[in-house]
Amino acid sequence: MCDVVYFSTQSGNTRRFVEKLDVPAQRIPRSRNDAPLRVTRPYVLILPTYGDGDPRTAVPGPVIRFLNDPRNRALIQGVVAGGNTNFGAAFGLAGRVVAHKCEVPLLHRFELMGTPEDVAKVRACLAMEMTDVG
Amino acid sequence: MTATATPRHLTRVDAINWNRLQDEKDLEVWNRLTANFWLPEKVPLSNDVSAWNTLTEQEQTLTIRVFTGLTLLDTIQGTIGAPTLIEDAVTPHEEAVFTNISFMESVHARSYSSIFSTLCATRDVDDAYRWSEENPHLQNKAELILNRYRMDDPLMRKVASVFLESFLFYSGFYLPMYWASRGKLTNTADLIRLIIRDEAVHGYYIGYKFQQALARESAERQQEIKDATFDLLLELYDNEVHYTESLYDDVGLTEEVKAFLHYNANKALMNLGYEPLFPGATEAVNPAILAALSPGAEENHDFFSGSGSSYVIGRSERTEDEDWAF
Repeated sequence: MCDVVYFSTQSGNTRRFVEKLDVPAQRIPRSRNDAPLRVTRPYVLILPTYGDGDPRTAVPGPVIRFLNDPRNRALIQGVVAGGNTNFGAAFGLAGRVVAHKCEVPLLHRFELMGTPEDVAKVRACLAMEMTDVG
Repeated sequence: MTATATPRHLTRVDAINWNRLQDEKDLEVWNRLTANFWLPEKVPLSNDVSAWNTLTEQEQTLTIRVFTGLTLLDTIQGTIGAPTLIEDAVTPHEEAVFTNISFMESVHARSYSSIFSTLCATRDVDDAYRWSEENPHLQNKAELILNRYRMDDPLMRKVASVFLESFLFYSGFYLPMYWASRGKLTNTADLIRLIIRDEAVHGYYIGYKFQQALARESAERQQEIKDATFDLLLELYDNEVHYTESLYDDVGLTEEVKAFLHYNANKALMNLGYEPLFPGATEAVNPAILAALSPGAEENHDFFSGSGSSYVIGRSERTEDEDWAF
């Protein structure tokens, strides 16, 4: 299984989804005052979109700060995006933006805290990503 | 937010200070809601007149009835639901967010009248309003929600509110998405997508406030609320199935709408922090409806519509001297 790095605000939808995956996971700190996260193993990034239809502002600031560290960026294998189809074309937009910028695949989109079907699909993706990176 | 004591309703009015937040989510949601602000006048509904005339009389009647049903729910939420939540607020910023939600629900209710005045004959609309007053399932749906709003239980008021925002609208929202997937009433669909976007933020925020309040309760009380929540959902679902049949049986779409109901019931539960109830519901929704709801990245503009699904507020620019050289 590939590791997971995720971002979640205090509403915790993405955190709940990640907990259901039951894989090693690290949370990107919300506050600038917290020590920044540094990863050392390949990971899949899981992040939410809060209905922001503008690609320039869709990605949460803490995720941008995390990815601005080239050592973190080098280890990203893929992206999973949380969101809501109610946001129309902006569904999972932050995930699409990161996948595009980092040139990695957007593996899956799920809504809110994810259904059991979403959990199964993403677990399968994580298993595959691990075989890919050896 | 770190609650040291059980928060009570705000007992006095203090001048709101947005630079001192108890809960950052209040500001985040306020910003999202205000950025999403829109009015129906900005959507070129009149471009749908020719498409409207291609619908059969039966399809037109169905569409007007669906929109009167939605109008009733938005009216309840704007004038009773959201104002009730203002009373239950535990931070002044939360109160302010609910004033926005309340007003936008009134904008939604007003929007359906814009659709009617643009597309429909007054007599047909009057007939549909009469129908909505007489449809027992629509009235029962309203009564089940109003009942919870009248109860002295802030937690169940939030539950009812999330079910209204995230579940009960969708037997209605299905139809404009269905028309849009067939290239019909695409501007109306654009307007409905703006409503759908708002309802997602409302359901998310009210559900979040519910989860915060629930976390402060005893394990017994949490279980009691969970049971009452699922009981209410099943009662609403049962009624919603009858309501759906009363609308869609004649056009043969009932089963498809029911699949859409399962999918949205799951989302309403997730907004409240509960696991989905209906297995495989997302996969069971007609992909054409999901595509109409959430167009792909590359096609955020509906080619046939006059306005696009992303509504943009005009930007101002400084005038130059040349602008005034008439």
